Amino acid sequence: MITKKDSFKILSPTAILGYGFPLESFMNGINEEPDLIAVDAGSVDPGPYYLGSGKSFTDRTGVKRDLRYILKEGVKNGIPVVIGTCGGSGAKPHLTWCKEIVQEIAKEKGLSFKMGLIFADVDKKDIISSIKDNKIEPLSHLPSLTEETVNESINIVAQMGVEPIINAINKQCEVILAGRAYDPSVFAALPIHLGFDPGLSLHLGKILECAAIAAEPGSGTDSVFGILKTDSFILKPLNNERRFTKESTAAHSLYEKSDPYSLPGPGGSLDLRNVDFTELPDGQVKVEGSKFIRSSKYYVKLEGVKCVGYRTISIAGSHDPIMINNIDSIIRNVKDRVRDILKSENIDGDIFFHIYGKNGVMGDIEPDKEASTHEIGILIDVVSSSQEQANTICSISRSTLLHFGYPGRISTAGNLAFPFSPSDIKMGEVFEFSMYHLMEIDNQDMFKLRIIDI
Amino acid sequence: MKNITEISKVIRSKNSSPFELTLDIILKTKEYYELLKKKECINKKIISELYNISENKINRIIFFDPANAIKITLMRNVVSGSPGDTDVYGAQQHGPLLNLKVDI
Repeated sequence: MITKKDSFKILSPTAILGYGFPLESFMNGINEEPDLIAVDAGSVDPGPYYLGSGKSFTDRTGVKRDLRYILKEGVKNGIPVVIGTCGGSGAKPHLTWCKEIVQEIAKEKGLSFKMGLIFADVDKKDIISSIKDNKIEPLSHLPSLTEETVNESINIVAQMGVEPIINAINKQCEVILAGRAYDPSVFAALPIHLGFDPGLSLHLGKILECAAIAAEPGSGTDSVFGILKTDSFILKPLNNERRFTKESTAAHSLYEKSDPYSLPGPGGSLDLRNVDFTELPDGQVKVEGSKFIRSSKYYVKLEGVKCVGYRTISIAGSHDPIMINNIDSIIRNVKDRVRDILKSENIDGDIFFHIYGKNGVMGDIEPDKEASTHEIGILIDVVSSSQEQANTICSISRSTLLHFGYPGRISTAGNLAFPFSPSDIKMGEVFEFSMYHLMEIDNQDMFKLRIIDI
Repeated sequence: MKNITEISKVIRSKNSSPFELTLDIILKTKEYYELLKKKECINKKIISELYNISENKINRIIFFDPANAIKITLMRNVVSGSPGDTDVYGAQQHGPLLNLKVDI
């Protein structure tokens, strides 16, 4: 039975499950006798593909390696394990993928425990009825959500707060695998349940979810430790090479956030206006003053993507100064020629030429328009309504550019250096974010719990 | 005049959502930070020129005292991972800031 104490100790093994951690740091954390091992397993950073395809951006072997240590030590020592945004995006296929890895490890290691799976998938019917009840608001200057967009979207999830995780704790789950979760929730649920301050718990969770990224030197692949007290929390490195400083901890409030003073999340926002950081010996930092401001209505963030086509790419380079100097007009002419060739076949799609060495990273907003270089990389990137059409457009774009007779050309045997045979790569489905909206909810029933005895 | 790289220890960019890009400048000292803040060296007009975008695409500029940092949040031209995107994580869009000259 978990009971309230004066302090609550949390081990954060790594920034993303599957990124790895030094075993020594992790075991240093285990030796501190943590009350919780929590880890975030996902992110929206790698883009819309992973939510749409149901695949993880992390590697199965990497995830299994991390989970093996976490489960073994957690179960052996009776420490609850909570994992958030399983499988990288936290929809049902992702959660199932992670569950299967956990079951595999339990079998191999002979571990036995009560596992809770918390689903974050949202029923389209519920969203559509929420639209009608004016309970959906757009984020990031997006347009209002329409029924059509909901119907087009795949694997719609909502970021859960601490409540569904507390529900699983109350049902005596020892290992909790959560679908899409607000990153700090997996760290904050248990201490909030035990009566620790929600503001401090969530702020600590916000820092621990990135593991050692907030330390100096920062790292997303090293373990750190958090100690929650009634009026403060302490961050502690688990590796002699790192330390937390006032600056590194304060600066972390900026990371990936649009406003470092106020961080909105499920059910309210974290107010960091009056936070104080104090450096302690041994690279530790004490943090005070974080507050959670509960909102009058409970909102969760919805995430959804839709399929917009199929991609084929080709990678090549040029070392010809005449071609490099005229690349913009050459590309324009090649695009026109390709469209002209394919008009009779009724094939159309988007053709992007990413020119590395010129503006491949920044595109149109590249400030240095005049820079010259002795070689460029050319990525032909085609998106069309079917894989076959994308293949066709990419193939014809590649062959047209290879033999294009631009003005002043003296290298008449071919314009491109291909590193590979085959030169073209089928990339499959292309997704884009279609939903990034807040939905008002009256209760937490949407986050379904399934308990499995392992 | 000083180049921003002389007085900063961190200049970085990253998505703050799939639709937004956030730029952080963390100054080397409190003194530099206070000077930039007082003289309003970082403002929407300067950022719109550096990034070749209209001012209404700049959501906000926040001065964050605890970290001696300035945060600028912009709308992305292409949503993260949509066709035509060049930087899914938004982690390499800090380049234009490196040319910023400030009058301190």
